[in-house]
This record gives sequence, structure tokens and C-alpha cells, in this order.
Amino acid sequence: MMLYQSFKMALKAIAGNKMRSFLTMLGVVIGVMAVVVLVAIGQGANSSVVESIEGMGTNLISANILARRTNPVDMDGLNELALNPFIEYVAPVSNVNGTVKAGNATYDDAALMGTTPGYEHIRGWELAQGRFLTQPDIDNRSLVAVIGSEAASEMYGTTRAVGETFSLSGYTITVVGVLQANGNSASGSNDNQVIIPFTLAQRLSSSTSISSFYVSATSSDMVEMAQTAVERYLEKAFQNYTANSWGTQYTVYNQTEMLDTLSETTQTLTLMLGGIAAISLLVGGIGIMNIMLVSVSERTREIGIRKAIGAARGNILMQFLIESLVVSLMGGVLGLLLSMAAVDFLAPVLEMTLTIPVQVAWLAIGFSVFIGVLFGMYPANKASRLKPIDALHYEG
Amino acid sequence: MIDMENVVKRYTLGGETIYALDHVSLHVSPGEYVAIIGPSGSGKSTLMNIIGCLDQADGGTYLLNGRPIKKYRERQLARIRSQQIGFIFQGFNLLPKLSAFENVELPLIYQGVSARKRRKRVREALERVGLGQRMKHRPNQLSGGQQQRCAIARALAVQPSLILADEPTGNLDKKTGREIMQVFDELHKAGNTIVLITHDDKVAQCAQRIIRIEDGKLYENQEVPDDDAVPVV
Repeated sequence: MMLYQSFKMALKAIAGNKMRSFLTMLGVVIGVMAVVVLVAIGQGANSSVVESIEGMGTNLISANILARRTNPVDMDGLNELALNPFIEYVAPVSNVNGTVKAGNATYDDAALMGTTPGYEHIRGWELAQGRFLTQPDIDNRSLVAVIGSEAASEMYGTTRAVGETFSLSGYTITVVGVLQANGNSASGSNDNQVIIPFTLAQRLSSSTSISSFYVSATSSDMVEMAQTAVERYLEKAFQNYTANSWGTQYTVYNQTEMLDTLSETTQTLTLMLGGIAAISLLVGGIGIMNIMLVSVSERTREIGIRKAIGAARGNILMQFLIESLVVSLMGGVLGLLLSMAAVDFLAPVLEMTLTIPVQVAWLAIGFSVFIGVLFGMYPANKASRLKPIDALHYEG
Repeated sequence: MIDMENVVKRYTLGGETIYALDHVSLHVSPGEYVAIIGPSGSGKSTLMNIIGCLDQADGGTYLLNGRPIKKYRERQLARIRSQQIGFIFQGFNLLPKLSAFENVELPLIYQGVSARKRRKRVREALERVGLGQRMKHRPNQLSGGQQQRCAIARALAVQPSLILADEPTGNLDKKTGREIMQVFDELHKAGNTIVLITHDDKVAQCAQRIIRIEDGKLYENQEVPDDDAVPVV
């Protein structure tokens, strides 16, 4: 009963001073907006990173050999590794240096690499046209290539490029397949590859050693086991090699680990952004306290009158506390609504899927209520402690 | 109704103790209409604040309706003020953002009277002071006389056992002041107990009983002596 009346009185006081109430609210509005929008952007960035990594396949394990010249990893070893029950495909990858020339034009953006048929499955790629590399291509060191969709359109002006040719280090190579577009990922474009048989790549770089290879596990649950198998193989292969100056001779990591590391980083970033934004919410709260204190001294006489006609301390305390609570709650709700609008506006601009997490929305509302009570407490208490007789004689 | 014995109120100003009320004794019976008259600085406002439970005495006893006031805490004093005493101030002291109706309603809200009863009692009180047609108006849309009537209605609405008026005509012109005094007359005839504080002899003449106050001492039925006077006990 009394609470309802206190609410009515608070709303009346807020409505009676619209401009000031709005300006007071603004602090909370901006604070809540900053928190909610920044957290939404942080989470959006996180999910787009996760998405692009997951797009590369979560079963993926990559191994890099750091030892330079003499290297015990060879195709026979990898073929043996592929027999492991936890491992589905194994594919060596070598980066190739050379200039891709289609006709007279040079394609500078080409990501040249040599690999084996299994790589298609490890990366989960689909072909838009033609075929991927085959075992005979590897065995015969065929002069063929599979290219990305962007590479195709840059080199030939069309994605239907099967049968076209380009030259590479004096070889004329025929395109036998074009990959489907994959879009951009954290590591840049995925569609500028020029992929040739691994054996051809070895010849071009006149080296027989394998410096890196990819493995896919039979399922994402088997990643740990598959990784152990890869590590065992490398351990055995390297057992006769003395450790080099930097200690390790190879690194093995799986996509899940990478994912964890990256999302941990973005989560920390989100938390930091949210924390910085929360400071502005705090400043908004202090703004409320400031205005409420002004309001108390401005309304000293009113408080005196109310007390003289029978308001107890609790009534006055409630009135002012509810007033600051309502101001900050309204600010919080308004801030949340504006955040939704801002997120809708920003999502296409940032090319991200932005959503406001429900917990964050509740947290922002809850925090603004908390701020209202916390910073309303002091002025409300001050108002309630005024002696009626002093307050009545106050000339303000 | 009011039983005061040897009430003392001291103020310390610059190390010097001043007696605003110097062992004052006052008795008012139910239904009486008493005027307390004195110049400014005589202690009449202090007396009114103590009678009205806005302030507490430093010494002596004060019984309101037979209950000693000194023992009460702020919360209980607020309840006594709200239920027993209707205040009427010189400056009207209406809340400017509330309508006449809402101003009169406010003490009833603090008493916890139900909304239906409130509406009835507010309407009755406003009609009684002749403001039945101006209930929706805000104080700044009312004349001084109407504002004071509204304040009287606010005091009446709680059906107090004591109406306490502090210079009710102080801010009004003579004609309006007379009208307000007529309202007090009617209230007295209807059986209300009224204590009126004023510095104006003409206003005091309206009352049944006149008590003078000077330098914190009360004198009744006699001239205030120049010096060496024996105050009424």
C-alpha cells in the first residue's frame, strides 16, 4: 500500500522534472549501452573466429617439422601412420616458391602448395568443377593443378577453368579442378590456392623431406588419440636425432586446442571491454547520487511539510530511494532498447552476427537497479534524517 | 487536551544560554479556542513546535491527550502528528506540484487510509472550506485565501483532536484574513479544539481565551508587566 504510494510520488517527481530526470538517466543509458554493445561485439567477434576455425575442420591435427635439413619424415612413414585406426587421412603439405603465369599475366596472390589426395578430405573441400588430385597424379608427377575459385576468376575471368593452363617454373600445368568458394577466414582468403601434386612440388623445390603434414581423426572425439599417434610416430622417427638449439624438433597441435586458445583470448577481450564500459555505468550512478543530493536540498521544505503532516522517516526514505531506483531502472531499460537498435545497425556494418546475450541484458538491468539503490541510499537517508522543524524553516 | 508543566526550551547562542521557553505551564481543554499572542522572538513559535510535536522540550512535562510526549521516538511522534494534530502554517506550506485534492489527501496517505475513504474525506474537507469547485487546481492557480483554505482542509481531513495554526492570516490581506478567521470560528462552533498563534491583537480577539507570551513566559488575563512580573503558573 505504502510502497505503491511511494511509487506514485516518485513517478510524479520524475515527471515533474522531465529534463533533469532525462539527463540523470542519460548516464545510466550510456553506461548500459556501452556494456551491452561492447559485450555483444566481443561475443560476435568470438563466434566468427570460432566459426572460421570450425570451417577448417575440428578433426584437424597439424604437425610442423622444425629440423631443417635432415628429416626422417617421409611418405612411407606417413602411409604407415595412416593405418592407425584413429586416423582417417594423412596429407603432407609443402609450400612452393614460383611464379604462376596464366597467358602473359602473373597471378601474384597465388597460395602455391603441393599435397596429396587426402588433403581434400582433411579440409572438407568441395569441388565446383572437375576433380581433385588423384593417386596416379602423385605417382606420375602429373602436370596438373586444382585451383581456388578466386584464383580461377583472377587468372581466367571465369570459375569454369578446367582445361585452362598456366606456367610455373618452366612447366606448363593444366587445371583439372576448381574448388568451391570458402569465403574469408581469420587467416585471409581461402580461395586463392593453386594446388599441385606433392611429388611435383618436391621436384620444383628439389627436396625430398616433408616439413609439415595434416592429419584428420576419424571423428572429433578421436582427436586426442589421433594426436597421440602422430606424436608417437614423430618421437620414434626423431629418436636418433639430437635435440637442436631450440629444444623441440617438431610441433603438433589440433584445431580444438587452437580454438580454445583463441576463444580464451577473445573472451578475455570481451571481459575487458565490458569492464571498461562498466566504469561508465558507475559514473552514471554517481551522476544519480549527485542529482538526488541536489534534489534533497532543493526539496528540504517539501520534506519538512511532509513530515509535519505525518510522514515518518521510512516514508521519506522510501520516496527518495524509489525515485532514484526508478530513474536508474528506466535508464537501464532505455539503454537496453537503444543497444538492441545499435546492434541491429552495427551487425551489417561490421559483417558480424551480433546478438545480445540474455544474461548480459539481465545483468545490465540488475546492475542499474543496484546502482540506483546504492547511490540513492545516501541522499534518501539524508532526506529522511532532516528534522521537520529545521526543514520547515529552511529558506531555499 | 494539552497539559504542560514547567516546560523549558533552551538554546545556546555563542556560549550564552537563552530560554526560549522559561518554565511554561499551559492547560487547554477539549473544545477550547485559545490564542497565543506575542511579538517575534517571544518564544511563540518554539511553543507551537513543542505543542505540535515537531520539537521536544528540554525540561518539564507535556501531556497530549493524557500521554507524555517526551518518551516517544521520531517514528511515534510522526504518527502522533499525523493522527492528532492538524497544522496550519503562515506560508500555507502546500506542495506546489500537487493539486488541492492531492495536498489534502497526503496526510491520509501517510495514515494509511484506504483510497475510497480518502476520496470521501478529502471531498468533505474541501467542501467545508468552500473549495469544492477547485479540487483539481494547483496551489499557484489559487488565491492566497484559497490556498489557506486548502491548508485548513488538509488539517481537517485527518479529523485531528487539535488544530494548530501559526499566523494563519500573516500572508493575507485584511479582508481575506477576516474570511479565514470566520472559518476558524465555524470550526470552533463545530467542537474543534484550536490553538492559534499570532502577533496580531485583532486576530487574537476572535479566540475564547487569550494568552500572552513574552521572553519565554506566559501571562493570562493580565497585562504583560514591564518588569518584576510574576508569571501565571
